[in-house]
Amino acid sequence: MSKFGRRVLFRSGLTIAGVMVGWIAAKGLPPLSLPNGWRSLELANAQPSKNPNQVLTLYSSRHYDSDNAIYTSFTEKTGIKINLVEADAGKLIERLKAEGSKSPADVVITVDAGNLYRMQTEGLLQPVRSKILETSIPANLREPKGNWFGLTKRARVIFYNKEKVNPDQITNYEDLANPKWRGKVAVRTSSNIYNQSLLSSMIASVGAPKTEAWVKGIASNFARQPEGNDTAQIMAVASGKADLAIANTYYYVRLAKSNKPEDQEVVKRVGVIFPNQANRGTHVNISGAGVAKNAPNRAAAIAFIEHLASRQSQEVFAKSNNEYPVLKGVALDPVLGSLGQFKEDEINAVELGRYASESVRISDRGGWR
Amino acid sequence: MPRILRSYIQALPLRGVLILLPLFLIILVLSIATPILLVLSSLAINASTVWQHLFDTVLAEYVINTLILVTGVGVGVSILGVTTGWLIAMCEFWGRSWLEWLLLLPLAAPAYILAYIYTDSLEYYGLLQRGLRGFFGWQSASDYWFPSIRNIWGAILILVVVLYPYVYLLARVSFLKQGAGILEASRVLGCSAWGSFWRVSLPLARPAIAAGMSLAVMEALNDYGTVQFFGVNTFSVGIYRTWFNLGDRAAAMQLAALLTLFSFIFILLEFWSRQKQSFSQNLGKFTERYQLQGWRAGGAIALCGLPVFLGFILPTGLLLQLYFTSSTNFSNHNFGELSKNSLVLAGGTAILGAAIALILAYIQRTYPQRLVIIGVRVAAMGYGIPGAVIAVGILIPLGYLDNLIDRLSQDFFGITTGLIFSGSILAIIYAYLVRFLATAFNAVESSLSQVKPHLDEAAHSLGEGNFGTIRRVHLPIVRSGVLAGIIFLFVDVLKELPATIVLRPANFETLAVRVYQYASDERLAEAALPALTILAVGIVPVLILSWKISRRF
Repeated sequence: MSKFGRRVLFRSGLTIAGVMVGWIAAKGLPPLSLPNGWRSLELANAQPSKNPNQVLTLYSSRHYDSDNAIYTSFTEKTGIKINLVEADAGKLIERLKAEGSKSPADVVITVDAGNLYRMQTEGLLQPVRSKILETSIPANLREPKGNWFGLTKRARVIFYNKEKVNPDQITNYEDLANPKWRGKVAVRTSSNIYNQSLLSSMIASVGAPKTEAWVKGIASNFARQPEGNDTAQIMAVASGKADLAIANTYYYVRLAKSNKPEDQEVVKRVGVIFPNQANRGTHVNISGAGVAKNAPNRAAAIAFIEHLASRQSQEVFAKSNNEYPVLKGVALDPVLGSLGQFKEDEINAVELGRYASESVRISDRGGWR
Repeated sequence: MPRILRSYIQALPLRGVLILLPLFLIILVLSIATPILLVLSSLAINASTVWQHLFDTVLAEYVINTLILVTGVGVGVSILGVTTGWLIAMCEFWGRSWLEWLLLLPLAAPAYILAYIYTDSLEYYGLLQRGLRGFFGWQSASDYWFPSIRNIWGAILILVVVLYPYVYLLARVSFLKQGAGILEASRVLGCSAWGSFWRVSLPLARPAIAAGMSLAVMEALNDYGTVQFFGVNTFSVGIYRTWFNLGDRAAAMQLAALLTLFSFIFILLEFWSRQKQSFSQNLGKFTERYQLQGWRAGGAIALCGLPVFLGFILPTGLLLQLYFTSSTNFSNHNFGELSKNSLVLAGGTAILGAAIALILAYIQRTYPQRLVIIGVRVAAMGYGIPGAVIAVGILIPLGYLDNLIDRLSQDFFGITTGLIFSGSILAIIYAYLVRFLATAFNAVESSLSQVKPHLDEAAHSLGEGNFGTIRRVHLPIVRSGVLAGIIFLFVDVLKELPATIVLRPANFETLAVRVYQYASDERLAEAALPALTILAVGIVPVLILSWKISRRF
């Protein structure tokens, strides 16, 4: 009795639940493909003129509101609409791999050379030739075969506490490993791509063993275990928790432009050192783009990257996001410009990608979290 | 499985039509389990050289940190959840009816937002230290000592404060359902009030507490946002680092598989501990609540108020403060659109997921064979896997399926279909179900486990039919569990990040994605408004559903 009863009960419970699922499946779920109106970007104002039905699909790991202006101006210029998917580069790589030959992606943008290099080695990009790109972007900031192109630069510099540190004592990244700075250095974790990029540039210039020795040195100089982001490192220096920190320039510029009194105090207390001026130059990491291997719209993809390298777009990158433009002759943001001219490490960005994985192993061994 | 299937089909009256139902169920369980099995199957691949490197350097740190984190969170949520749940269920004090639902609010607050906002407020240039320096005249960080929140203890604190509602919600309902009779009996038999709590109430509530705690622990296991920001190297941070920094997906998947097995062991332990108890529950009249006065009432209010304050009120206030003092221009934010996207995803997944959880719980109850139990458990395992890993476990089969469909349709019809499922909303909802089914399942199952077989028999012997038994006996008991499941799913989806980011269609954003984009770019002020919107959107269903639950109990 009880067994039969339970079985019947189960069946009826199942039926009810099944009907529920069916109902939801029939009524509740949104359609498989999205209608064009269902989007969040403010691209609606752009009136398609020349290519009303063309679409460019962009996979980007940049996420700055100011970039939307650049996308809109491309749509205005060409009539090509932009479909945008934003995610971290590592996840975009997985998505491109899984989508395979049917991937809708035309252009991929990342905020570092390491991931562009990985995409290239995984066969997710295709080489393109473009006179415009080859003349406007310096050779060391693009992949020689045209797999990807650097679009903006960010300098990774040393910040110091003006009250405690005489800036003449620090001229190179290498000095940060000097035992006299024990307990004085703040930097974020080595998982961060900017640190990875810095380490890769060192491996390329001075070799892995010396880089590892440097990592061990700097790790024993940490004022605290790596935590927080670049802004937090700059603030640690201002507060006196640390004397020295490594961070990208544009975070400092952002603080300098802030109207909050506490941010102004931070800026007042810290100074900037561009390291390695007497030798290889200060490390710059890049944000860049490449054409996806299976781009359905290759011509539009090239036109888009050319648009990103154009004076108009480079000015937006420089002004709104405080990055260094790759195009010569584009004015810097005034605050960024006030930090002064400096010598860049002109290593080819390909090298930064090549040593990315090794730099992580070196940090693991050297005790840099 | 075949034997079950056979007995099943024989019992069906409308064989022709309903034969599809069990088939549908098998497909359901399999499709939910596929990404999880895919992750687990990575263990079969030869280990890469990265393993030696990890073993020599950082693996021990990952394991130790994870164990500390999980223990801390597990103990923390249990103590906080049981204490608050018991006070609200069994005692009467000033403000109790308010705290009853206020205690649920931290559920709507994503841990990563708390991590960002607390760091921002507690660091040297944050609100608190600026105030202290102004008051005491300190000049620099070396003039005074101030604890840092960015470490493993800070991470535990934040996770406990947002995850205790899992235990609170389930434990409170369980305490309420115990009824007066059993407690009075224990008192008559010589137990003190404390004694009857330890020896009767707590053991009776154990399934609910275990269900809530295992949810909290699994969420702590797969947390990435908070621990990463605090610089705590846990296992899930290690997975991301191995994958995205070392560039070794195979090894990252293997790490994820180990993490999954770890959480599976935990699930099984919890399951077995529950199987051992065979007592039924007294659903008689409700207990007279203990009347708390004076310092006892004050203590109860403080105890219940503290987590609400830390988990919801304070972060909301800090976000509001950040929003109003910032000069950011919010006019180009399309919050209606973002909220709509978030709501559609969360609402759709919550209802669908609760229905599936109910089906699975019923299958398991009716056919408690080992194979069924394991199948159902595997389907509900996704909660212990970091979101990005699940997302890849979904990307791969969907991409494969899409390319297969495309090839077939080109071969047979000469039409190219492109990608059908990849990058669709359906893929995201699928991912949510794989990730979060456990939350709804645990809630539903713990309530269904209170429907003992003799209740069915009693109903039948009193002349109630099958549907009547479900409607009048099962439904009232299971109802609170289903509603809790819906809440859990809703808020989890609302807060979800990695799977949404990887799988979403072009030009499709949710509130959580927007928060993450700003916060990860170190622009907290811009993130404040979408974060507040998440909280606002999240509390509405939490309030409605908690009101519906408490109306009955």
